[in-house]
Amino acid sequence: MRTGDYRASYAQDEALFVTPVQRAWLLALIVGLAAFPWAAGSYLTYIAVLLGIHVISATGLNIMTGYTGLISLGHAAFMGVGCYAVAYAANAGVPFWIALPLGGLASAAIGLVVGIPSLRIKGLYFAIATLAAQFVLGFVFREWEPVTGGVRGVNLPAPSLFGLAIEGDRAVYYIVVPAAVAMLVAARNLFRTRVGRAFIAIRDRDISAEVLGISLLRYKLTAFAIGSFYAGVAGGLWGYFFRAATPEAFSLGLSVFYLAAIIVGGLGSILGGILGAAFMTMVPEALRAIVAWIAPWYPPATVLLSPMREIVFGALIVGFLVFEPHGLAEMWRRVRRFFHLWPFKT
Amino acid sequence: MDFLTFLEFSVVGLAGGGLLALIALGFVLIYKGTRVVNFAMGEFMMMGAYLFYTTHVAWKLHWAPALALTLAGIAALGALVERTILRPLSGQPVISIVMATIGLGTILHGAADAIWGGDNLALPELLPRKPVFVGEILIPGQVLWSFAAACALIGAFLAYFRFSRTGVAMRAAASDPVTAYAMGIDVRRTSRLTWIFAGLTGAVAGIIVASMTSLSPALGNVALGVLAVIILGGLDSVLGAIVAGLAIGWLEAVTVGFIGGKARDLVPYVVVLVILMVRPYGLFGTREIERL
Repeated sequence: MRTGDYRASYAQDEALFVTPVQRAWLLALIVGLAAFPWAAGSYLTYIAVLLGIHVISATGLNIMTGYTGLISLGHAAFMGVGCYAVAYAANAGVPFWIALPLGGLASAAIGLVVGIPSLRIKGLYFAIATLAAQFVLGFVFREWEPVTGGVRGVNLPAPSLFGLAIEGDRAVYYIVVPAAVAMLVAARNLFRTRVGRAFIAIRDRDISAEVLGISLLRYKLTAFAIGSFYAGVAGGLWGYFFRAATPEAFSLGLSVFYLAAIIVGGLGSILGGILGAAFMTMVPEALRAIVAWIAPWYPPATVLLSPMREIVFGALIVGFLVFEPHGLAEMWRRVRRFFHLWPFKT
Repeated sequence: MDFLTFLEFSVVGLAGGGLLALIALGFVLIYKGTRVVNFAMGEFMMMGAYLFYTTHVAWKLHWAPALALTLAGIAALGALVERTILRPLSGQPVISIVMATIGLGTILHGAADAIWGGDNLALPELLPRKPVFVGEILIPGQVLWSFAAACALIGAFLAYFRFSRTGVAMRAAASDPVTAYAMGIDVRRTSRLTWIFAGLTGAVAGIIVASMTSLSPALGNVALGVLAVIILGGLDSVLGAIVAGLAIGWLEAVTVGFIGGKARDLVPYVVVLVILMVRPYGLFGTREIERL
């Protein structure tokens, strides 16, 4: 049972992982992540790569929406910007470890432009502005053929490291997962700094934050740029994973997917972004498995798969909002507290 | 392009704008009454059109009882949504409300797909197709009659809010729920009625749109473009919805005429971005003042 919080020095207070048990778990996690593609089959590796990309993007959205309170309905479009930028750079021969940050920066630059209205408007109005940005960027993806390849999109070459092509899901896994881990640690640490705390202050009450000396102009745009950077990198990884950038991949539906992920996971929580992205990626897969299992007895089930997915997706959003607004992260916290305090009641 | 063609596109656009105004009215009613922007409005339209398809085409009822049944169904849906989703969320942050209506839209979209299938269905043409000539300008019959229907419905709603006791109560509850509650107005009832009325306008608009084009689960996407109308007019202004509906309808038609069909999809969103930068509360909306 944990009885208190015994931190006696600043070094202890600043430590990311406080107890030896936590450090041991961390080590186990790293080993597990490194070994995963060898232990799991190709299908699970595919899901893991997709999940890594979703986690990065959802964390970016969480920085904007969950921590700073800027609702973005255009997150997929920022991913698209990153994906196209990476495709453009990769086809020009730029190696992937330069192209990915470049994609992130391109997306951040566009994010800065889209974020400018946030200085005048907020809440609902801002959500509608980002929705408009989603459609305008989608239009650009479809129509700016010299760069984006129009409706057909563009293909990407396989990324290569020291002359070795990185092909196949297992190889891409070793790009995506380290990138995801690095970006998650960065995000976690961001909220231990002045910048991150300023974001939270703006979310809670922007006028009060400004009175406290937080420049809304600077920090809102910073939040938007960081969030879009995450989206851009995720988009670039998406491009390397599917080896193509197509306009329909980055639709409003994907933006809504990320919003749903952070709501289901928990707004304003890094763990929430991970849990939510994982959950929302797994649910459709689980549905597909269930349908494949039922289909021999009830053939129409296959036709109902895609509508069922939508219904479950919507029901999850509404259900979590009504019954568990703090999401899976809060449920996890409750479970942990139960075990920490056992045998006493929480 | 000569002046006559310009005039023709303008008139057609204005007439098409009547329909936009009707859809926008559904948004504005809900925003005024409950401070919610209903992103599921398009799905309400779609459900209305599908219910009408079932009653009119599948059950072969005459259009009048079919329409009555449809409206009753949509009213029940609106009341159910208000009770089960929006009321538990009242007072929650904006993102919860936005996402709840988006989630609701997804559920309705999936439900329509599951019940009626994803294929295009055809509603019989309810409105006469015969074009009408005003001087030398040709107006397609359906566009003109849909404009007339939209005007009639908007007029009926305005009269209801102006003259009926319930309508006045709804306006009171919209402008200040706490005071209205203290004065003995049942605010829960007015907010339920608000959702029912918005569902009704959506259903009628959906039936008109579906009878002019075709009916599929994608019908709901029309409503996202209407966001431009309510942003331009002001989220809480009925007059704004009408004026902006006509303006956007005109702008879309003229864009199609002068620049081409592709640019049409872009028009509403560019308008949204410009308006939000220049005058975020719209032409007739209330400027929100925030106090700590």
